[in-house]
Amino acid sequence: MRTAAEPTVNQLLALADDELILGWRDSEWTGIAPFLEEDVAFSSIAQTEIGHARAFYELAARELGGTADTLAFDRSPAEYRSSPLVELRLVHDWGKTIARHVLYELADAIRIAELKESDDADLAGLAEKIEREEAYHVMHAQMWADRLAESDEGRARLVAGLEELWPYALGLVEGAARERFLASVRERLPFFSPPDVEPVERGAHVDEWAKLWDEMTMVRRSAPGGQW
Amino acid sequence: MAVWEVFRQEREGQPFQHGGSLEAPNREFADAYAREFYGRRAESFALWIVPREAVMEVREPYVAPVFDRDYRRVDGYSIKVKLKEAREAAKSAGALSAGAG
Repeated sequence: MRTAAEPTVNQLLALADDELILGWRDSEWTGIAPFLEEDVAFSSIAQTEIGHARAFYELAARELGGTADTLAFDRSPAEYRSSPLVELRLVHDWGKTIARHVLYELADAIRIAELKESDDADLAGLAEKIEREEAYHVMHAQMWADRLAESDEGRARLVAGLEELWPYALGLVEGAARERFLASVRERLPFFSPPDVEPVERGAHVDEWAKLWDEMTMVRRSAPGGQW
Repeated sequence: MAVWEVFRQEREGQPFQHGGSLEAPNREFADAYAREFYGRRAESFALWIVPREAVMEVREPYVAPVFDRDYRRVDGYSIKVKLKEAREAAKSAGALSAGAG
């Protein structure tokens, strides 16, 4: 049985933009993560997210034309369909970073499960591949949330981050998926009571976005049409 | 934070060999990091993740040699000549039996 309508190309772009920008933000921890092992692991997760973005852009390019690169880097800042959650710059707050990580991964798991049901064989196949890697991300996010929740200070910082980011996280998914997301958060993060708030929807961008866009597209803009 | 030793098995049925070590606060973290470092590129079939304190290390694991017992070692013996003689003996035995047949 179909659980959701076929995603539009704009929803595909939203997914791709989320993964690209979160990958970029997570990579800001490279070299300064809490310890060496985590530095490698978190950088690797950042890289995987960007790989997923590329795959989603390629699917969107079937309809929109261009390539993954033109979609990723040649649009104006206002054209990105990313969720404000992924645009926030969270270095050097590890507690908040883990709060975003776990909220994002739990929402993403719901999104990817929906895509697996798509009638578009390319999209369903891609979702299945991505799910295998995202399973590791969920595991990583959950172990960190649990670890932080073990100590008073860790739990206070994590929960403060979850409370602050919750309205943004709600904006990641739409419609009935929101209820499923809420249920998943209640189950996986029992130390957090999600407040009843208005979601921060896609469309608007946070202040930090313009600076990040500038940094992300700088090299490509410096050599238009360059072959790498 | 504890140190964990990671052993990897490249293919099913092969022996596990030491891959390296990592630091992690508990089993879940050790599991996640070991997968990341030794499983991400499908380079391992299975992993053993062992807390270092569970490994029993024995240094200089021999009884110190007090007397000269060179004769116990095999590296001084040449079996080349012995082998040659044995082959020749086998050959002439074969020739004999062939002749007898």
